Amino acid sequence: MVGGRQGNMAYSEAVLDHYQNPRNVGGFDQADASVGTGLAGSPAVGEVTRLQIRVDESGIIEDARFKTYGCGCAIASGSLISEWVKGKSLDEALGIRSTDIAQALALPPVKIHCSILAEDAIRAAVRDYRNKHQG
Amino acid sequence: MAVRPVYFDYSATTPVDPRVVEKMLPWLYEQFGNPASNSHAWGWEAEEAVEEARAQVARLVGADAREIVWTSGATESDNLAIKGAAQANQARGRHIVTLKTEHKAVLDTCHELERMGFEVTFLDVDGNGILDLDMFREALRPDTILASVMLVNNEIGVIQDIAAIGAICRDRGVIFHVDAAQATGKVEIDLQALPVDLMSFSAHKTYGPKGIGALYVRRKPRVRLQAQMHGGGHERGLRSGTLATHQIVGMGEAFRIAGEEMLAENLRCLALRDRLWAGLSAIPSVYLNGDMERRVAQNLNVSFGYIEGEALLMSLRELAVSSGSACTSASLEPSYVLRALGRDDALAHSSLRLSLGRFTTQDDVDLAIRIINERVNQLRELSPLWEMAQQGIDLNSVQWAAY
Repeated sequence: MVGGRQGNMAYSEAVLDHYQNPRNVGGFDQADASVGTGLAGSPAVGEVTRLQIRVDESGIIEDARFKTYGCGCAIASGSLISEWVKGKSLDEALGIRSTDIAQALALPPVKIHCSILAEDAIRAAVRDYRNKHQG
Repeated sequence: MAVRPVYFDYSATTPVDPRVVEKMLPWLYEQFGNPASNSHAWGWEAEEAVEEARAQVARLVGADAREIVWTSGATESDNLAIKGAAQANQARGRHIVTLKTEHKAVLDTCHELERMGFEVTFLDVDGNGILDLDMFREALRPDTILASVMLVNNEIGVIQDIAAIGAICRDRGVIFHVDAAQATGKVEIDLQALPVDLMSFSAHKTYGPKGIGALYVRRKPRVRLQAQMHGGGHERGLRSGTLATHQIVGMGEAFRIAGEEMLAENLRCLALRDRLWAGLSAIPSVYLNGDMERRVAQNLNVSFGYIEGEALLMSLRELAVSSGSACTSASLEPSYVLRALGRDDALAHSSLRLSLGRFTTQDDVDLAIRIINERVNQLRELSPLWEMAQQGIDLNSVQWAAY
């Protein structure tokens, strides 16, 4: 990894900001009916993000928490989406695209997978919430 | 960057010792002659300096000065040794044996030979990074002409039993090449006693300048090599190209100092390294990579469970460390050396190589202990895997999405 300039120089201010001051770190009670939990990635690929959303009665995401195992860009992506999903309806949250995340963080091409992981985490969290509220 | 990070990457390169710089300087300007110019004093004095340096390099490793060939560094030495020996001896066979944990300069050279029609066996090592001698013996075939095994591993610092491996090679008539780039000044090398035919050296891992190295080529019994660089016939035709007098003088002086100070330096580094490990081994879920006893005093390679290596490196702004394997960044590929040890992917991802050396102080070590403890804790607070592990969830039982 020494040769890849993975050091602070290579990353955008946005990545460094989220990496150094991650927002909404933590979790909610997974069993809570108002909470949707999404887990994306795997230890084998070196990246796992857990995104949890708390949804109010009108179907709006009122709060979010995340934790990420992964590189700086993966952590920044997790932090960013935990901010973005707040105040959105579930369908609006599903409208967040990995390309938007990659653009907002100015991710280098080799780190695009981090934004895809974040999008996956949103989908998984919404899916989990909706599964809880079916029937 | 305002403040430079504290240097813990001596395995990547070392600063040139000030005494070495001093010795090199006159050869850049006042005494700039070409050592191959045999018709005037400018050339004669340069040649004399080159030969003195050759003797200094030979002395550190128990070789005859006539067995030392100057190259641009250990990578070139590895190329010349492996390609040169394979090509010169292919009438006897086309099979080569090496290890999966070798440096890329050896592995990629072997891959190139595969493309040229040679067959290469890449052996696994034990979980502690050491080659199993029986496995090595079994890998040798009647058509095996060459084996290449490094003395000290660049990532995990383990020391292979070169004497025993060389004895097996001798017994089977196999040419034995050893990459010793990481070993000089750290491990005693006596080529009079060691059954080694070819050995690669680098100056810049031993407080000499970058861009200069050497290859030991045994004279008795003589090892046949095919040159890889053609031109003016320098270095008895084995490596053409004008000799870089200042670099060579620097390597000679660096190796002279290494010989004189090795024992004291190893003791000092060992005390620092043990202090470092004592401070890091207190962290939960920390793993040492590579054998602790059969390892140079200057290396520590550790993995931290439940956090990712690049994030850890990025968080250690105050320290110049590496994840062990160079230039694998940007991919999701963990260290191939750690994978060869059988480390699971997550741990191979999170490895940290701390290498110390001549100018490392106890204050440096104490700073590293404090910073690493702090950052590992911070990243674990962020890690869903750490939380799951704390709750007693077996991560292997989780159904992870496929990627």
